[in-house]
Amino acid sequence: MALANHPPATADIAALRARAKSMRRHVLTMARGPGQGYVGQGLGISDVLAALYFHEMRWDPADLKAADRDRFLLSTGHYSIALWAALAETGVIPLDELVTYGADDSRLEMSTLDTTPGVEMIGGSLGHGLGQAIGMALGLRLAKSPARIFCELSDGEMQEGSTWEAAMAAGHFSLDNLVALIDCNGIQADGPVVLDMEPVADKWRAFGFATQEIDGNDMAAVVSALKEARATGGKPHAIVLRTRPGQGVPTLVAREKAHFVRVEPDEWDALIAELERTETDHG
Amino acid sequence: MAERAFTQAMGRDEATGGRATVDAPFGHALVEIAKSRDDIVGLTADLGKYTDILPFRDAHPDRFFNVGMAEQNLVAVAAGLARTGLVPFATTYGVFASRRAFDFIAIACAHSNLPVKIVAGLPGLTTGYGGTHQAIEDTGLMRLIPDLVVIDPCDATEIAAATRAAAAHPGPVYMRLLRGKVPVVFEPDGFEFTIGKARLARKGTDVGFVSTGFMTERALDAAAALERRGISAGVLHVPTLKPFDSEAVIQFAGSVEHLVTAENHVVWGGLASLVAETLFDAGMTRRLTRIGLPDRYIECGSVPTLQKRYGLMIDDLVAAAAGERA
Repeated sequence: MALANHPPATADIAALRARAKSMRRHVLTMARGPGQGYVGQGLGISDVLAALYFHEMRWDPADLKAADRDRFLLSTGHYSIALWAALAETGVIPLDELVTYGADDSRLEMSTLDTTPGVEMIGGSLGHGLGQAIGMALGLRLAKSPARIFCELSDGEMQEGSTWEAAMAAGHFSLDNLVALIDCNGIQADGPVVLDMEPVADKWRAFGFATQEIDGNDMAAVVSALKEARATGGKPHAIVLRTRPGQGVPTLVAREKAHFVRVEPDEWDALIAELERTETDHG
Repeated sequence: MAERAFTQAMGRDEATGGRATVDAPFGHALVEIAKSRDDIVGLTADLGKYTDILPFRDAHPDRFFNVGMAEQNLVAVAAGLARTGLVPFATTYGVFASRRAFDFIAIACAHSNLPVKIVAGLPGLTTGYGGTHQAIEDTGLMRLIPDLVVIDPCDATEIAAATRAAAAHPGPVYMRLLRGKVPVVFEPDGFEFTIGKARLARKGTDVGFVSTGFMTERALDAAAALERRGISAGVLHVPTLKPFDSEAVIQFAGSVEHLVTAENHVVWGGLASLVAETLFDAGMTRRLTRIGLPDRYIECGSVPTLQKRYGLMIDDLVAAAAGERA
C-alpha cells in the first residue's frame, strides 16, 4: 500500500508555512460562525499540525484506516478547531463544511468525537491521550508495524495525574515509535497556567523521554525536532512546544491568556485581513 | 472469650458448599482462547498474581503488559491496544477499576465501543481488607455506562465460559472475577453462556431466588434446604447485569408469589434495583426481599465472619425465603 507524505529528505519550509497559514484561515472561518471557540489554541498549534500532516506523518487521506498509518492523537479535544482545519487542508473534510463548526448535528464538534473521519481517539477528558498512545504504540510494535504515534497534549493537561501514569509506562516500555507533543501555550481554563509546571522539559527527561524544547511557531525548528525524534531510537520522544495562543493574528495574540476567545461579529473581517498580512512564523 | 478468626490473604478459596474446585479458571481459559487467537493480549496493574492472569503471561510473555500501579493508564493502554485491532483483557481489583478508572472505562473504551475486557478481582465482600478493597458498588457503577456489558459469574465453569464470550463480544466488558480455587457449581459439559441471558437453575413454585455471582451457589443450597422444609424455591441465575434479561425475570416472577434477590453487592444500584425496575416497568407487583450488602463501609476482618455479619450466608437466604426476615 502506498502511503502519501513519506517525509522527503528535505522539507519545503515555505510550503509548510503556507499550509499553516491556510489552516489558520480555516480556524478563523470556523470560529466566525459561532463567534467564539478555541481560536487561540487553534492558531497556536497550526504550525505543528502543518508539519505533521504535510511532512512528517506517513498517512493517506484516501485510506484513513490503513493499518500502517502514522497516527495523530489530539488529547486536548477542545483543540478540535485545529484538527478540523488540518483535515480540511488535507482534503479529508470539505472546505464548505467548515462553517458548521460547533453547530447542531455538525461533524465538526467543539470537542472531538471519533466519529468524524480522521479522528483517532475521543479527546476532551484531559489526560486520556498519552495512555491510549502507549497502547497503540505497543500494539503496532507487536504487529511489527513501522507506524508511529504522535500524541498532542498540553501544559495544563500535565496536571492530570494520568499523564504521568502514562509517561512512566512509555519510558518503561522504551516506546521509540511514540512522540509526545506538549503544547505549552501558557493558558488553561482559569487563565494563565494555574499550577506551575516548569521545568517542563526536565520532567519529561526524568520520565525517560528523549526531550527537545523548541519554539512551536518556528516551522524550521518544528520540522527539525520531528526529524531528530525520527532518528533517535530506544526511547519515547517528547517535544516541548512553546507556542503563542492566537499566533498569526496580532490582535488575538494581544488578547492572549484567553482560554475561550469571544470575538464581536464586526471584528472578523479585520482579523482575517490581519492574518493575511502577518508572517505567521518566527523562523 | 470466643475464638476469633483472622483476616486472610486476598480472595482465595471462599467456597462454602464443599464442591469441587478449579484453580485459576479465568487465566487458564484465557490461555486456551489465545491458542487460536493471536489478537488476545493481557494487561494488569501490578495485580497479575492476584487476578489469575499469570498463566496467560507465562504462555504469551510477548502479549502481556504490566503497567504498574496505575489503573487509569491500565484502561487507557488497553483502549489504545484495542484501536490497533487487539482484544485486551485488563485485570485489577474491582475497586480500582470501577472507582479510579471510571472515566477511562466510560470514555476511552465504552464510548467508542472498543473490545476492552476489564476483569475485576475481589468482588463485593470477598476480602477482609475493608472498604478500600471491597468492591461493594462496582456493578452498580458499571451498569450506568452505555454499551458496557457487566457480568458477575457464579463459578469456575461460568468464569471460563464468560471469558470466552467476552473474547467473542465485539464491545467492552466488565467481568467480576473469583480467583484461586473456584468452586464448580455448573456441570462444564455442554454448559453454554450467552451474554444477556439468565439461567433458570432450579424450578420452584413458592418462592424464587433471583441471584447473581457466587450468591447463586448459596441460593441453590438454600433452595435445597427449603425443600426439606416443604417450601418449593426456584433459582434464576442472572450473571449478566447489563444487558439485563428482563424477559426471564418477568417470566420467573410470574411463577412465584415472593422474590428474593441475592447479590454480593449493596442492594442499591445492582441486581435488586434491576429486578425492582423490571417488575415496575412490567406493571407487576411481587413481594420482594433483597439480600445483599448494606449502605455502609464494611470493616476489616475474616471473610466468613464478615459474610455472616452482613447476611450473605445460606441461612440468611433460607430465612428470607421462608418469610422469617423482612
